[in-house]
Amino acid sequence: MSFVPGQPVTAVVQRIEIQKLRQGENLILGFSIGGGIDQDPGQNPFSEDKSDKGIYVTRISPGGPAELAGLRIGDKIMQVNGWDMTMVTHDDARKKLTKKKEDVVRVLVTRKSLEEAVKHSKGTHPKHECGGSTSMHRLMQ
Amino acid sequence: MLTLSIIYLSLCLPPHPPFFSQGSKIDFLRSKVDLLRLPLALSSKSISNCKSQLGVVWDKGGLGTGVARKLHPPPTTDMDNESTYSGYSYKSSHSRSSRKHRERRDRHRSKTRDGSFRGEKSVVIQAPGESLLDADSPREDDRDDNWGETTTVVTGTSVDSISNEDLTRLSKDLEDSLPLGCRRYISPALGVVLGLISLITPLAFLAIPQILWRDSLDPCGTPCEGLYISLAFKLLILLFSTWALFLRPARATLPRFFVFRCLLLALVFLFVASYWLFYGVRVLEPRETDYRGIVGYAASLVDALLFIQYLALVLLEVRHLQPAFCLKVVRSTDGVSRFYNVGHLSIQRAAVCVLDQYYSDFPVYNPALLNLPKSILTKKMSAFKVYNLGEENSTNNSTGQSRAMIAAAARRRDNSHNEYYYEEAEVERKVRKRKARLVVTVEEAFTHIRRHQEEDAATSSPKHPREVMDPREAAQAIFAPMARAMQKYLRATRQQTYHSMESIISHLQFCITHNMTPRAFLERYLAPGPTLQYLDNNRGRQWTLVSEEPVTASLCQGQVFSLRRLDFSLVVTVTPLPFLRLAEEFIDPKSHKFVMKLQSETSV
Repeated sequence: MSFVPGQPVTAVVQRIEIQKLRQGENLILGFSIGGGIDQDPGQNPFSEDKSDKGIYVTRISPGGPAELAGLRIGDKIMQVNGWDMTMVTHDDARKKLTKKKEDVVRVLVTRKSLEEAVKHSKGTHPKHECGGSTSMHRLMQ
Repeated sequence: MLTLSIIYLSLCLPPHPPFFSQGSKIDFLRSKVDLLRLPLALSSKSISNCKSQLGVVWDKGGLGTGVARKLHPPPTTDMDNESTYSGYSYKSSHSRSSRKHRERRDRHRSKTRDGSFRGEKSVVIQAPGESLLDADSPREDDRDDNWGETTTVVTGTSVDSISNEDLTRLSKDLEDSLPLGCRRYISPALGVVLGLISLITPLAFLAIPQILWRDSLDPCGTPCEGLYISLAFKLLILLFSTWALFLRPARATLPRFFVFRCLLLALVFLFVASYWLFYGVRVLEPRETDYRGIVGYAASLVDALLFIQYLALVLLEVRHLQPAFCLKVVRSTDGVSRFYNVGHLSIQRAAVCVLDQYYSDFPVYNPALLNLPKSILTKKMSAFKVYNLGEENSTNNSTGQSRAMIAAAARRRDNSHNEYYYEEAEVERKVRKRKARLVVTVEEAFTHIRRHQEEDAATSSPKHPREVMDPREAAQAIFAPMARAMQKYLRATRQQTYHSMESIISHLQFCITHNMTPRAFLERYLAPGPTLQYLDNNRGRQWTLVSEEPVTASLCQGQVFSLRRLDFSLVVTVTPLPFLRLAEEFIDPKSHKFVMKLQSETSV
């Protein structure tokens, strides 16, 4: 998932809708993020390309809303409610995810297995349309 | 004498082509010179002493190693069984010696000797390993199982023994012709004479007109006095610097004359002679009256002498200070190697440098530590017994037999490395155990002794008067408990020949006197020290420089020469130091900046 500056980034993404859970005062989503353009990309254990400064899911609390919605550890978050997550600082990402006024966050995540699944399905059934919540999104950089 | 040697040469040379690796003339000379060493060593003690006192061994061949080894008795505890020249070599004072004289003498001597040795056919020894495989050597019948006995040079049975006696007589004659003391002192004497002459010359230039025709000299006032003063001081400076530079005892005698020194000596001689010539012609003959001119003439002589001394300083002392070559020195017997940096030197001077470092850098050569234990080596060869079913005493059979043995041994599965490994481990364990025992014993022994303080005399009770001992007695007192452990340890590390009981006690005394700890006392025995530690200084050391190029040639890349002693040699390889290209890079001190590398995790 490395990018060439100026060229659009292409990825196979999955749309996940997470309902925030109210715990006392706070609305929580049940996962942790890591990464960001102000962080050190070399220490990210989930990225394939160690210069990738995107936001990754580093931990999922079991039974939380994120797990129920289908988020998996190691996913790279590409968009949150329409806001781009590929070139943001760590703090900006946190803010976009924890807006108090929103109950639902719709995230676009990508992972390696998605690409492979698409390739596999394209390979076996060239004319089969991939349905479900998987779609190709072109994200302009 | 000369004809005799030529006759012997012509008689004995042809049957020995196998012994010359190439037919070149240099090799011929090489082996000739080399072999001549033998009869000298065998001659009467006085001859060998005289010869060694001169310190001239001029050996360039490889053939004589086997021979020389057999001649001398096995090394004694001194590690130097042949009396060599004393520490004061005749190159000492004013060592701008005339090497030419000595060189000429030696050439003359060697010519009379080399031929006669050729008659000693049965003497040349080869190691038994070589001789087994050497099929075309003509000496099969000479070698039998007792080769060790028949190959000593003192063969009274050989027909050529007459030549040996002749030889000793010849050498005796030659050396009796010039008393020994004279020869040693000729070269420094010449140097001293020349130096004195050159120092006295300016004074003579000044004094002679005054003595001879004082009345007719022009009076000369202040300029002359100025010149007198400058002359006096320059002479004083010349004197001091000559003393500082040239009047040092020489550390070594070189086989060939030292080119630079001869050059300088010749230069000084020519210079002074030409000045005297001009003086004689221009001043003494016409009785020159211009005294100021004469004083100026003397002053110019002194100036020029100072410049010659500057030249001498640069050539002899300064030029070789900048390192240019790296010499790798490897000892042939156990492979200990060191690297030294030297400057532009001739081979013989580089050899002296190497030997200077050798005595303090190389651990002492211990012949007992060298080879694989016999038990392992002999197993390889003794596994096969070869029975000779045909006729005896046929030369073909013997070489064939040995070849068969070697081939069979090579084919056989070789387990000796296993045994070597276990034996090594065993020996190491033994040494460590003995070392531990030694260290504990010594530490305990040292606790029995304490330095006697003066205050103790007052405070110690009269009932237990402690015996006050001097260091020697104290050493002897505490040596007794540690003697056995020490001896066992020395035996285990095979150092017992280097340390006698007397030396151990005196070392102990030394350590006690200087308040050393037991560890400090033991450092001498736990690690083999440099060779210098084991030398007694009243003898010189004799080394032979073996080289394919003339020893006054300067070092250049790829040269190899070796320095041989009786039982080992140092092989020196010359490599030039690489040319260095230094580049510069400027770093702005403000450019040192750092950033934090974070990887934080936030839960949402």
